[in-house]
Amino acid sequence: MKSLEELKAIRERVQGQMNLRDESGTDTRVVIGMATCGIAAGARPVLNKFSDLVQEKNLTDIIVTQTGCAGMCRYEPIVDVFVPGEPQVTYIHMDPEKAERVFNEHLLHGKVVEEYLIPEKMQPVSAK
Amino acid sequence: MLPELSLHILDIAENALRAGASSVGIDILADIAEDLLTIVITDDGCGMDEETLHQVADPFYTTRTTRKIGLGVPFFKQAAELSGGQLSILSDKGSGTKVTATFVLSSIDRMPLGDVASTMHILITTHEETDFSFLLTVRDDAGGKYVFEMRTEEMRTLLEEVPFHTPEVSAYIREYLTEHIKDVLQHTGKDTI
Repeated sequence: MKSLEELKAIRERVQGQMNLRDESGTDTRVVIGMATCGIAAGARPVLNKFSDLVQEKNLTDIIVTQTGCAGMCRYEPIVDVFVPGEPQVTYIHMDPEKAERVFNEHLLHGKVVEEYLIPEKMQPVSAK
Repeated sequence: MLPELSLHILDIAENALRAGASSVGIDILADIAEDLLTIVITDDGCGMDEETLHQVADPFYTTRTTRKIGLGVPFFKQAAELSGGQLSILSDKGSGTKVTATFVLSSIDRMPLGDVASTMHILITTHEETDFSFLLTVRDDAGGKYVFEMRTEEMRTLLEEVPFHTPEVSAYIREYLTEHIKDVLQHTGKDTI
């Protein structure tokens, strides 16, 4: 059985890598809506998928996190991608497969997956 | 409706976090002898006054301004009542809230507990500052008691300033939770409940 003590060994390994990088404002953020509407629409497996992929590739500059209801419940699960220096990108009706594609094309190679984007007129004000 | 009780736990815990909780407790007890599953979610958030408390089970009540319906608590209540159980909420304005849901374990209308490890993993890795405590207990009908307890405070001490969302740490927490939860749940006589 795994023991929490193993976290100590992980900490020692990871601390060395952490000191090498600049902490502020350089991380890409992947934000998944996790209110009742998001959860009911399948947001949890989407977050899990992003989280798993980030773990697999050991990407320390991508943060997978969550937010509440954006008031566009019919588009859930909604995923916002914030790449530093670039406009916010909002993907709608996500599922784990789409998440994998967004991860491979957008997060790894900087290419926005156009077909999952929110319709233009529904863009959040902050992204306009 | 949410298809798993673990999704309700995630949903109710998110309410607690939005209420400004700095610590959230999740306590699951599967009592085979009593044929009862009890889920308790406790927080030290802003709490509710009596009037608000009376409204939360109403599907047309919400504090949010982005839409007019809040379905989290009514869904959870419905899930409990469908199985023959019930939901109760205790709350004090300024000191926190305690949501208790009971379910008849053997009821065919009880939703499965589902992937609790995944719910806890998401809560922990996306709310670095919050102290979560998780307690899972199985009581079998021979009087045996099996417990898994986990506190993020303890993990934070071991990790010092390394955040939970660090890929290697996050992966470890997920595996740790999955393994221990499975180990305790097997004492129900099934892989999951």
